[in-house]
Amino acid sequence: MSARVKWRRFVSNFMLTLTGLCALVCVSVLFLILGYLVFNGGTSINWAFFTQLPKPVGEAGGGMANAIVGSAKLLLAASLFGVPIGFLGGIYLAEFSGGAVASVVRYAADLLNGVPSIVIGIFAYSMVVLPFRHFSTFAGAFALGLMMIPITLRSTEEFLNGVPRYLREGAMALGASKWKTIASVVVPAAYRGILTAILLALARVAGETAPLLFTAFGNRYWSQGWGQPTASLPVMIFTYAVSPYEDWHRQAWAAGLVLLGLILIINILARTILSRGIAVPRS
Amino acid sequence: MQASSKPGLSVNIVTNTGSVIHGEAAALAMRMTISKVNFYYGSKQILFDINLGIADKRVTALIGPSGCGKSTLLRALNRMHETVHTSRLEGEIHLDGQNILAQDVTTLRRRVGMVFQRPNPFPKSIFDNVAYGLRINGIKGSTSEMVEKSLRRAALWEEVKDHLHKSAYELSGGQQQRLCIARALAVEPEVLLLDEPCSALDPISTAKIEELLVELKNLTTIAIVTHNMQQAARVSDFTAFVLTGQMIEFSATPQLFTTPSDPRTEAYITGRFG
Repeated sequence: MSARVKWRRFVSNFMLTLTGLCALVCVSVLFLILGYLVFNGGTSINWAFFTQLPKPVGEAGGGMANAIVGSAKLLLAASLFGVPIGFLGGIYLAEFSGGAVASVVRYAADLLNGVPSIVIGIFAYSMVVLPFRHFSTFAGAFALGLMMIPITLRSTEEFLNGVPRYLREGAMALGASKWKTIASVVVPAAYRGILTAILLALARVAGETAPLLFTAFGNRYWSQGWGQPTASLPVMIFTYAVSPYEDWHRQAWAAGLVLLGLILIINILARTILSRGIAVPRS
Repeated sequence: MQASSKPGLSVNIVTNTGSVIHGEAAALAMRMTISKVNFYYGSKQILFDINLGIADKRVTALIGPSGCGKSTLLRALNRMHETVHTSRLEGEIHLDGQNILAQDVTTLRRRVGMVFQRPNPFPKSIFDNVAYGLRINGIKGSTSEMVEKSLRRAALWEEVKDHLHKSAYELSGGQQQRLCIARALAVEPEVLLLDEPCSALDPISTAKIEELLVELKNLTTIAIVTHNMQQAARVSDFTAFVLTGQMIEFSATPQLFTTPSDPRTEAYITGRFG
């Protein structure tokens, strides 16, 4: 075997090992985080965590029921605000707009996606909190919803563009108008992908802390309504984790686990819904 | 519109049943007439001065080598070319005497259905695929009866009647194409356009579809694009030979294949090019 062949074999094996190792590191980081979270959170979680309000410092026990409900309300309102705008905008981009308009909107969406979440928070603060002179669930949801728009928009566009041309032609050849074709064939053919992307967007903003710090603020008690400040899991985790109390740290771990659990449940639900539809086969 | 009203086109009609009708005297009812059609993609001209008639309740085949413009011509008949923004059509196309270019495009496409090169069922159940056209066009009546009728006409009913609510993608390629034909037939189009409907299918599925086409001409008027000359000879009553965007010859099928009047047609059908 010539030296050249030996060298090639060596490079080939070396690269195989290197890429394999990096893949392994990637997976193990995920499992490490998961394991750590389940271990620390699992030992601190109990029924009271889901049903009780936080206890004052020094008192043992208590839970984060208000933060769980608060996070759910924030995510619901954020989706109601961000998903329709992103979704319909994505339809416009993929189906109606010409090249120049599309590239401007696309670029703007990418920029918005890249805006640091704390900046989104300041923006929501000056747009919603200052005029109403109140921290509120709405303000928090506005900030999170803003973050969902570009992700939903771009992924809707991408999945709609992925719908093969021959499906559109099939509908149009039967006398469907453009909008009918989109609504009855193109979107249904892409909805699995779009829904998955929306859920990923939801999962991403579910963990956002910075934009909530000065919008939804935080609350040790039940929120008095959509116009009032509310507790949320990420802000609770932040507050509890930086506190000097040992039992608050444990509560923070438990909250992390619950947050992860919420995202997991959303994912599983989505996959169940998705498995029922008919997918367009890849060709 | 009658055949005789078309300028510059003399047709000696020999039907597949053998009876001979000559040119002007034929007076065969034309469902569609294409007069002096020039077609462009951007600045590139695809079709040159095309004249053609699509005879009522007959099968008209368009043959020619790849890229000659036969599919473009077919797609112009229900204005599917308009999905490409750079396309431009000059000339006139009439359906039952009305200029299709002046009509509402969705109404036109309901009247002139189309089946495509590769089977393109929607990601829906077999039933919903056939019912789609009925639903979007708001056609009244029993949907399930009409779905059954269409599937029977497409010779697919016996194979799918027990699993109408399964995904259309569970069918074989040939079945999918017959489903697409059933879907197109459901809205009872006056003209059915088929763009190389068998090019993605195996010989047995192809034979089934050809058989079906011959039966369907009692119901509707058919125009089919094919690169398969034997197929054109088997299923069509009239054949048009298109070459580099020009109508070289248009006559009754047996005549075109046995005694072509243009040397280029003869060269093509004897396999000297294409």
